Amino acid sequence: MNPEQLRFAKTHEWVHVEPDSQGQQVATLGVSSFAVEALTDLVFMQLPEVGRQVKPGQSVGEIESVKAVSDLYSPVGGKVVAVNTDLPNHLETLSSDPYGAGWMVKIQLDDPKQLDSLMDYATYQAQCAEEGH
Amino acid sequence: MPATLMNPPLAKTPLSDWHVGHRGRMVDFAGWSMPVQYESIVAEHEAVRHAVGLFDISHMGRLTFAGPGATEFLDSLLTRRVADMQPGQIRYSLVTNDSGGILDDVLLYRLQDPSAAEQAPGENQVPYLLVVNASNRQKILDWIAAHLLPSGVVCCDETFSTAMIAVQGPAARKLVMDVLHPGLNAMRYYYGKSVGHGGELSVVSRTGYTGEDGFELIVPAAGAADLWEKLLTAGQSVGAVPVGLGARDTLRLEAAMPLYGHELSESIDPFTSGLDFAVNLEGRNFPGRDALAQIASRPRQRVRVGLELACKRVPREGYGIRRSSKASDDNVIGEISSGTFSPTLKRPIAMGYVRAEFSQPGTELTIDIRGQLEPARVVPLPLYRRPKTN
Repeated sequence: MNPEQLRFAKTHEWVHVEPDSQGQQVATLGVSSFAVEALTDLVFMQLPEVGRQVKPGQSVGEIESVKAVSDLYSPVGGKVVAVNTDLPNHLETLSSDPYGAGWMVKIQLDDPKQLDSLMDYATYQAQCAEEGH
Repeated sequence: MPATLMNPPLAKTPLSDWHVGHRGRMVDFAGWSMPVQYESIVAEHEAVRHAVGLFDISHMGRLTFAGPGATEFLDSLLTRRVADMQPGQIRYSLVTNDSGGILDDVLLYRLQDPSAAEQAPGENQVPYLLVVNASNRQKILDWIAAHLLPSGVVCCDETFSTAMIAVQGPAARKLVMDVLHPGLNAMRYYYGKSVGHGGELSVVSRTGYTGEDGFELIVPAAGAADLWEKLLTAGQSVGAVPVGLGARDTLRLEAAMPLYGHELSESIDPFTSGLDFAVNLEGRNFPGRDALAQIASRPRQRVRVGLELACKRVPREGYGIRRSSKASDDNVIGEISSGTFSPTLKRPIAMGYVRAEFSQPGTELTIDIRGQLEPARVVPLPLYRRPKTN
């Protein structure tokens, strides 16, 4: 997926929304390549159970590196409808394809308006440049 | 307002520009801008275990002591005897406060000045070098100035006029011999010597903080970048790499070396830390001596232990250690002081303090990892010991 078409949270998650077969809005969630590079040396990740209800800003998983543990925050609220169960066994996918095979969770949105508070790619890039200093 | 605008500027080592120019990820460490890693902590860690790694440790405090009475003064400051040190010998020691808490853990070098033989007696040599933790440098300088320094003893802070480089790993000996001097092959572990000429401090020692064979080099600041490049170039064929503080932490944790601010603090005494060997009470006096004699006479309450886990989740500093998998507060028998994922053992490891009755190797415990209780086992320290080669 082209990162320029994604929305980003301050906490480095990306979101892509598209309707499912029933026309429900479903958000796919992952973390940015900037975040993956900053984490480095990943050793473990935990993702949520399918069916769990999530509130915006809530932690839905954790990503453990040699150095530290980071939460995976969902920028949106709704029901977890799919989890990339392959990913914890292939953490290297996060580096090689963070916006594609490195997706983590799909969430059926409560309210698509929640996306309005997220950044577009250019704004997010500016945040990363600031943090990179 | 970003915090960086409000804090004083970070101190830079003579190698800072090199680090920034080589993708070093710089962090604030004890007021210094230091590289935490260049490419990968795991890759840097493995280079030190299998080949050789270079560390910029110029942030460590370097204090010299000279003048009549320097030996007696240091003997009255440190927890181990100084008077019986051989020239060239280096001793791990502690500075304790009046209640026996650890102010710092230090290395004292009794230097053998190469030109000493030619010097007239009483000429101002530098017979001692004390290497202290970056985070404690000012505290130790204040402690020396306020409490103890007698007239005649000259203490100089050489931290900013010099750089310090650690060369660590199985290929360290050959690299240092090739670049510096073939004679260094004969230097024994925990020995060091002054090298070079003139008034500038230059020291080579066979010491380190990784569990591997290695050397630590102290050179005038102006020559540091040149030496660093020479070592990297000469070590290229065996895979020498620069190593950041991230791998320094995983290496020392595998080797069970305590780190100030984690295993060691003013509220922890040396016996609880398992540093009995670093305290010599007989026929001596130093701050905290009487308190430590008292503590030594009582049974240990808490003990520093090593812990291994079978899961992939990593116990971090401050996490509770419990005696069983039942979650209740009266189960808590200790706390993690340092934890990481061990690149060598490929599993999470930790050190922590537990009540003495739970400190036997083999004891099954659980660790509260953010609300999930994971089984852990007490293991002997160190968690990793390098294979004996010669």
